Order: sequence, then structure tokens, then C-alpha cells
Amino acid sequence: MPSTAQILDWLTIAKPYIIMGLVVAVWPLVSGYIVLMERKVMADMQVRLGPMRVGPHGLLQPIADALKLLIKEDIIPARVDKWVFWFAPVIPVLTALTAFAVLPFSQRYFVAELNVGVIFILAMTSIGVLGIMLGGWASNSSYPLLGALRSTAQLVSYEVAMGFAVVAAVMVAGSLDMVNIVKHQQASGVWFIFYQPIGFFIYLVAAMAETNRAPFDMPEAESELVAGFMTEYSGFRWALYFLAEYSNIFVVCSIATTLFFGGWLRPFPNVAWLNFLDWAPAVMLVGVGAGCLYLAGKQLSAANKIGMGVLGAAIIAVGLAFGVPMVIDYVSGPFWFLFKVAVMIYMFMWARFTFPRYRYDQLMQLGWKWMIPLGMANLLVTGVLILVKMQYWSAK
Amino acid sequence: MDQFFFYMFSAVILVMALLCVTAKNAVHSAIFLIGTLLGVAGLYLHLGAEFLAGVQVILYVGGIMVLFLFVIMLVNIDQTLKEAIFSGQWKLGLIGVALLGVELVWFVAKGTGLPEKPETHAAAPAAAQLGNVQQVGDVLFQSYLLPFEIASILLLVAMVGAVVMAKKRI
Amino acid sequence: MSYLDQTLHLFPETVLAVAGTLIMVLSPTVKNARWLGRIALFALVLALFGSHVSYHHGEYMGSAFDGLVTNDAFAILFRQLFIIVAALAVLSSFDYLKREGIETGEYYALILFSVVGQGLMACSTDLVMIFIGLEISSISTYILTGYRRHDARGIEAALKYFLLGSFATGFLLYGIALVYGATGSTNLAAIRAAIPQANGPLVAMGAALMFVGMAFKVSGAPFQVWTPDVYQGAPTPVTAFMSAAPKAAAFAMFLRVFLTGLTPAAGYFWLLWGCAVLSMFVGNLGALMQSNIKRMLAYSSIAHAGYVLAAFTTRSAMGGAAAIFYLAVYSVTNVGAFLVVAHLAGKDESTVAISDYRGLGKRHPVLAACFTIFLLSLLGVPLTGGFFGKFYIVTSAVAAGLPGLAIITMINSAIGAYYYLRVVVTMYMEDAESPAATPAVPASGTLVLIFTVIGVFALGVFPTMVLEWASQAADILK
Repeated sequence: MPSTAQILDWLTIAKPYIIMGLVVAVWPLVSGYIVLMERKVMADMQVRLGPMRVGPHGLLQPIADALKLLIKEDIIPARVDKWVFWFAPVIPVLTALTAFAVLPFSQRYFVAELNVGVIFILAMTSIGVLGIMLGGWASNSSYPLLGALRSTAQLVSYEVAMGFAVVAAVMVAGSLDMVNIVKHQQASGVWFIFYQPIGFFIYLVAAMAETNRAPFDMPEAESELVAGFMTEYSGFRWALYFLAEYSNIFVVCSIATTLFFGGWLRPFPNVAWLNFLDWAPAVMLVGVGAGCLYLAGKQLSAANKIGMGVLGAAIIAVGLAFGVPMVIDYVSGPFWFLFKVAVMIYMFMWARFTFPRYRYDQLMQLGWKWMIPLGMANLLVTGVLILVKMQYWSAK
Repeated sequence: MDQFFFYMFSAVILVMALLCVTAKNAVHSAIFLIGTLLGVAGLYLHLGAEFLAGVQVILYVGGIMVLFLFVIMLVNIDQTLKEAIFSGQWKLGLIGVALLGVELVWFVAKGTGLPEKPETHAAAPAAAQLGNVQQVGDVLFQSYLLPFEIASILLLVAMVGAVVMAKKRI
Repeated sequence: MSYLDQTLHLFPETVLAVAGTLIMVLSPTVKNARWLGRIALFALVLALFGSHVSYHHGEYMGSAFDGLVTNDAFAILFRQLFIIVAALAVLSSFDYLKREGIETGEYYALILFSVVGQGLMACSTDLVMIFIGLEISSISTYILTGYRRHDARGIEAALKYFLLGSFATGFLLYGIALVYGATGSTNLAAIRAAIPQANGPLVAMGAALMFVGMAFKVSGAPFQVWTPDVYQGAPTPVTAFMSAAPKAAAFAMFLRVFLTGLTPAAGYFWLLWGCAVLSMFVGNLGALMQSNIKRMLAYSSIAHAGYVLAAFTTRSAMGGAAAIFYLAVYSVTNVGAFLVVAHLAGKDESTVAISDYRGLGKRHPVLAACFTIFLLSLLGVPLTGGFFGKFYIVTSAVAAGLPGLAIITMINSAIGAYYYLRVVVTMYMEDAESPAATPAVPASGTLVLIFTVIGVFALGVFPTMVLEWASQAADILK
């Protein structure tokens, strides 16, 4: 029988692998639920109900969708470039999931702490572009090709602006290491968004463009290009593209959270009288559970009633468990990180349902004539301010 | 383990480079070239130059190769598929390359081995604690500041050239 | 040393880079591109003056930027040569560009940038810097070559030059990588110190690959194939510039790298010898068969590269001085010759055949006389700079115990006499069938002619003033 210390040792060694396995296993499910969330948010904004049929309030819809996509016939059109067609959807999924490796969910939970973490993520997203390009080209069809060309131009343009925004934040932090960047924010007691509001704005816009989200969804503009680069894709390959898209959204939102919103830190981490915020995970989960129980009463069918009730009870149970002081320390970090990411993702959706799509030339104008010059100016001002601070501030 | 990774990346680079040259389809060539570049990034990583590896991927794979593909997609590939990719002199070329290869191998084998690292590199262990990015930054912005800045003139000239050559009316 | 002090070591390059950028910024607003040319000219004069002051006052001499560059007699001599050549090319471009309808600011900016690159090549003592300087110079020259974009020959020349030049750069870079791998440094002095303990064959291999790259840039045989096409296709003032400044810069780099850095790796002697002899023969024999004056001068420039390489082969201070002196003479003379050709080329370079020069002696005696002087200097007739150039090369070859090389050089000079004199004969002895009106030489052109003719005679009559400087420069290399 191994001692407790030994078990802890093993856990430390195994931790990255556990997190890795967890992410790869659970993420597809989570992204399915993000899709559901998106549909619900969209419905809400359009004064509809959204999916309601499968499960209570449509809660089982993602699982049904995934099953449908998995058992669909795998159509490979004639005259496509088979190998490339087959391989292309894998690339963005692979790179997006690899990028998860350096996301610090908390001080404790991350797969790897790279001293070039930010560069690593940028490198991975830049490889991801290839999946869209090659997929569009290999389809050997007009709409996908146009979509691929558009997406290339768009992604390459906005990558520059995004780079400028990221570099500005990195300059403030003085490190490329994702964990260290958050620690710097902890030490300075201020989220970097207050140092870098313009940087964050540029990052947000560029990130929406990078993930092909409306109002920048040129590559798959439904009204012009059918479905853009994935017109010829169906079944699970098509689902892979979607998985990649949502993974990318999660990754860019995580970067935003880490760079600008203090990562896993709760708001005002250094203010002692706000310590009650540590109870937030427990309170929030119990609240959500109570909401579920309330809705369970309103369900029409017995099955839905039971399902909703059990779900509510389970969430309350977990919430209560998170209230135990010993556990708080372990869950508070991931909770705040995921909470902030969720808020960011909500903002992405909000933008999607609010703004009309840009025209292609407007998109390019915005990128090259506004975002990039603004990013450069921001970088310059940041650099000068840091220099001034180094020269005169710390000398005192 | 070290050696294993070195040979693995080298093999990737070589095989991909060969496929890149021999592939008939230009897009396939570009894909194999991407493989080569990723292999080089792997070698950098293996040498402990993470920053360089990251930048290699961002610039070459994410920037240059994407633009390559962009251009290739606009070109009529059906036409190029019909043409022979090697001119009639490839046998002669092969002999030449083989001779050069033999010569290179002979030169390296006959050599007395690599020199001891000179004094300028002796500071490496101490610098290792600094982290890769800091080291690159120190070298780039202190001892190699001039080439770093002058390179901007090089880029400016190349840019002017591209515009002069491509624009309808200057 | 502050960064400002260090930057002042590179005063000419700084001035030219700033002026080039300024021209680019001004060119959308300034309608008359001639003004931009004048700015370029002013910057060149300022740079020349600055480097002159720094040399004679001894301020800002020596190495800077952690030994990446050094401002010494060698660098200043070459730099001033490039600047003078560039100024002459700019002056003679005014008329030409207007005639061709391609007068734009970018042209002048590119010439300035090119000189920046060449200046860096001459003053760098580190392979990294040398490479960047070479690339700046080369890329500017590629673009200038294709500046007559409406002309298929111009585009062809630019493309050929670009593709082959990039290939040659690849060789150079590969060689640099091998030498770095063997010696652990890119600094020339450090390389020299490290070579005795280094992996000899690897150094030799690297040196050979670098040799290929550099021989291409100086158009030494067997890497000369691009020269005639490129010289013919480029706008003639650019050809004038290209045949002098980038070539002299490539030689500066060549001398610096091989004499300062790689001297202990002595294996490259026969490479140099073979390249020199082959260049002389290929250039001179090729020139015999040309009917186009630009191609003829292109082949002759290959031959002249051979002469310089012959001086280089001696690897002595005397040979180095002879090579540098010869480059100075050759640059001034060749620029003058090409500028006469540029003036006579006509719209779209329609009259550049040797037969178009029939009766020039009657139509335009002054121009014909100037052209004759340049050709005689290229040939190496006494009283002109070319004579002393060849004389020193032959003397240094004999002194270094290479009488064979000296004899080959003299044989080649004799071959050269045929085609140079043939043009002179065409100008004076033959009559044109339908004498075309020869345009009057504009003021800027006159200035160029006066300067180059005086230069040719000054170097021929008082060679010591430059030669002393050249030997001082060559001593630095050792």
C-alpha cells in the first residue's frame, strides 16, 4: 500500500497527462454545449425559444447532433484531391487542441509551462489556417476555393494586428510565459486591460476575424458562398471543422483572459475584504442548481421533470462540495478562468448576432488601414511609457 | 534520446524535401515544404531554441507558406500537371549532386572534428537560466543591433521593388 | 561609445539611407522627379564630404558596434568610389529617364539604397553584416535592372539576374554556415584566429562555396553567364552603375573575407588562379564576337574582373593594392564609357549596335573623342589610368612569383586591343549610311564627361595619389 506522499508524487507527475486526457476527452462535449449555448443566446436575442425538443430545454441536443454526424455517410465527392481532402480538417483540430497545452487554467492546472507560451499559441493558430486553405482547395469546387482564398487573406491580415496587440500586453508583463503573465498581474494588482484598453480592443476585433466569426465570417458567408470552404464537406469531417472553430474560440478567449483579465485570479486578488468572492463558485453553482429545480417543476413530461430535477440536485451537490474551505483553494482558480472565458465567448456571440457582415473590401480596409496602424501606435506608446517608467519611476 | 530526436527530425526534413521536389502537384509540393519547415522548427526545439522554433513556425508556415499556397491556388494547376517537372538534364544533375554529396561526406569525415567552443560561447551555461527569449533579445539588441536595424532597409528595398515591379503605374 | 558615436562611423550610409527614405516619402507629392534626383545628388555629395572629413580628421575611425563594422582606409576608399559612381550615374540618368519616360523617385531612392548596401559590404568585418549589405545592394540592383518595365529584354534581364543572383546568394550563405560551423564565429578576425584549430576540410568546403557566391557577384568565369544579358537588358545608366559599384563592392567583400578572414585556409589559391585566367579568356574572346556595344562592354567587364582576380591571386599587399587601384580606374572609365552609350542609345535603346557608331567622329567629335579615351583606358594605353592599372597587376604577379599569370594577363590585353580599337575605327574611319541626328549633350552629361575624362587622365598621370591610399588599404587587410 503506497503512502499518501507517494500518491501525491505520482499525481504531480501524472497531472499534465491527466489534464491532457481530460481536455481531449471532455472538450468535444463541451464544445457541443457551447454550440447549444450559442443557439440559445441567438434565440433569446431574436425572441425565440431555440432547441427545446431533445431533453428538457433541449439540453440533450448536442449529443443528438454529434450522434447524427457520426453515423452520417462519409461523402467524398469525385475529383477531389483525396489525401488532402481527408487530411485538411484534422489540421485545425490538431493545432487548436495542441494550443490547449499551454493554457493555464489555474496556478496548478496546466499541461506545460513554456517560456514562449504566447508564441507557441500564435504558432499553432497560424498553422491552423492551413486546414481551411487546403480543405477549400482540395474540394475542387468554386465556392470552397473562394472561401479558402478569402480566409487566407483575412487571417494573414488580422494575424498582424493580433500580434501587435499581444506584443503590447506581453511588453507590459515582461514575459511570454502564460503563467508568469498572470503572476505579474497578481503582483501589480491590476488587470492588464486597464493598462492596455486599446490593445484589448484590437485583440478582440482581430480574434473575431481570426476565428472567422461574424461580423468577419467571410470564408463561409452563407449568403454568398453557400458554406465557404466547407461546402463539400459532410458528416464527421464537417464536424471536425466545427470542433476546430469552437476550440479556436476557446483558445483566443483564453488568451484574452490570460493577457488582459488576470487569468485565474478572482477580481481584486489583493484586497482582503473581498475574500468572500472565493465563495462565488459555490454560490453560483447552488444558484444554477436551484434554477434547474425551479424549472423542473414547470416541465410538462414526467421524464423531463425527473431529468431536470436530477441535474439540479447534482449541480447543487457539486456547488456545496465547492463550499468546503479545503476545496475552495483548488476550484477557485479554474472557476474564475472558465467564468471569464465564458463571458468572453458570450461577447463573441453577442457580436455575431448584433453586427451585419462586413463586405470583403471593408474587411481589408479595417484590417490594414485601421487595426494595424492603431496596433503599431499602441505598441509605440506602450514602449515609450515603459521606458519612462523604467527611467524615472523605479529610480526613486 | 537526444540522438533519436535529431535523426527523426532530420529524416522528416530530408524526406519532405525530397517529396517537395518530386511532387507533380504544386500544392502537394507546398505541403511537403511545410513539412520540411516544421522539421526544421523541431530541430530548433531540440537544440533548446524555443523562441526560434516558434518564430520559424509563425513566419514560415503561418506567413510565407500560406502566401505561397495563396498564389499557387490562383495558378492553373491542370496545365502544370501535364508538364514534365524535370528537364532532360536530370541524370547529369543527379551525377553532379552525388559527386558533391560524396565530396561533402569525405570532407566532413576527413576533418579533425569540431573545435572547442570558443570563449564567446563560454557564458552559455550562465545564460541558460535567463531563458531563451531573453538570450535572443540580448544578442539581437546588443551585439547584433546593427544588422537587426539594417535588415529593415533590406526589407524596405524589397518592398519598394515588389511595388515597382508589380504596380501598373508607379 | 554611445550609439550616436557608433552611428557616425557609418555616416555616409546613414545619410544615404535617410535621404533614400526621404525621397520615397516625398515622391507622391513632388511632381517633378528631377528634384528627387537632386536630393539624391545632394545626399551623395554630403556623404562623400562626411567620409572625407572623418578620414582626414581621424575621428570616428576604427571599429564600432561590437566589431561588426570598421571605418578604415579600405572602407573609405571603396565607399568614396561607390558614391562617386552613384553620383555620376544619377547625373547621367536625368536625361535618359526623361527620354524613356520612366523618371520616378523610386529610381533615385534605389540607387541610394544600393550604395548603402555597398558601403556596408566594404566596411563590415562580420559575415552577417556583409551578407545583409550584399543583399541590400543586390536587391536594389535587380530592381533597377528591370526598371524599363515596358521592355521585354529589361524584364528578362531582371528575372535572370534575380534568379541566378538568389541562387548565388544561397551558395554564399551555405559557405558562411559551414565556416561558422567550423570556426564558431562570424567575425572575420575570430575566424582567422580559429582556423588553425578548426576542421580544415569543412573550412575549405565553406570557403569554396563562398567563393562561388562571390565569383558570381564579380562576374568571374565560370559564373559569368548572366553578365551580357543583364548588362544589355538594363537601362544603360544602371548598367554603368552596376558594372562599377556593385562589382567593386563585391570585390571589396571578396578581398576582405578572403584576405582577412580565410587567409590561413590557403587551399583556395588555385580556385582564384583558375577563375582569373578563365575570366580573362572568356571575357576577351566573347567580346570579339559582339555586335552590340553594351554586350561588348559586358564581356569586357568580365575580362576586367579577371584582371582584378589575377592581382588578387598573388595574395600579397602589393597585389591587393593593385587590385584596388585597378578597380578605381576601371570604375571611373567604365562609367564614362557606358554614359556615352546611354547618351547615344536613342529612344528605347534602339541604337546600341556597334555599327550605329559609324561616323560618330564627324557627327559629334567631342563625344567620339571621350569615348575613344575611355576605350583606350580600358585597353591600357599609357597616359590613361588603365595603363598603370594593368602595369601594377603584372608587376605584382611577377613579384609574387607568378610569371605565368603575368604573361596570360598581357596576352589578354593584346586580345582586348582588337575589339576596343575596332570601335574606334568604326567611329572615325567608316561613314554612316544614313546619319541620324546626334542629340546635344545636356549640362549634366557634360559634367559627367568632364569628370570622368579628368579622372581617367589624373589616374594615368599621377597614379601615386590613389595608389598610396590603395596600398594603405591593402595593408589593413593583412
